[in-house]
Amino acid sequence: MYLGKVVGTVVAQTKCEGLGAQKLLLVQPLDHRREPAGGLEVAVDTVRAGRGDLVFLVGSREAALALEPSFVPVDAAIVGIVDSVGV
Amino acid sequence: MLLCKVLGPVVATEKHPAFARLKLLVVQPVDEKGVPAGSSFLAVDRAVQAGEGDTVLVLREGTGIRQLFGIPPAGKLPIRSCIVGIVDAAEAG
Repeated sequence: MYLGKVVGTVVAQTKCEGLGAQKLLLVQPLDHRREPAGGLEVAVDTVRAGRGDLVFLVGSREAALALEPSFVPVDAAIVGIVDSVGV
Repeated sequence: MLLCKVLGPVVATEKHPAFARLKLLVVQPVDEKGVPAGSSFLAVDRAVQAGEGDTVLVLREGTGIRQLFGIPPAGKLPIRSCIVGIVDAAEAG
């Protein structure tokens, strides 16, 4: 899992089956200093996050396991909104 | 698994139910001397009660974590990194 900041939204009219109902957000992954760590990612939102929120995400196959049903072609999911990081 | 140092806790009220009652920590990969060796990421601590500054063993593989949590390999648990041990000593060479 990793930290990220929601920097925007993504809209796609034509999508694979399973991706249809998912809200897609544009996320900048961050390190513990809240500095960018890698390029932008598109992630599915499971916690009603919004632009500017500090969030945490899960990647790979486990991203799909955050969703219902889990047979969804995604590799990043926002699974929490961060209140504080004690570093 | 990775050798990591625990940097501190992450607090999140709004989160996926799988993370309820689990401690979430920022960890950073380190070498055997404790020198940072990679970007920080987040891991849950379910059983070992690791604290800030501890060197820990981190599993980054979902199926292994589902097994650890007693969930079938094909079951649902959106967790990909988990602290599985507190390291007392590590030596290379």
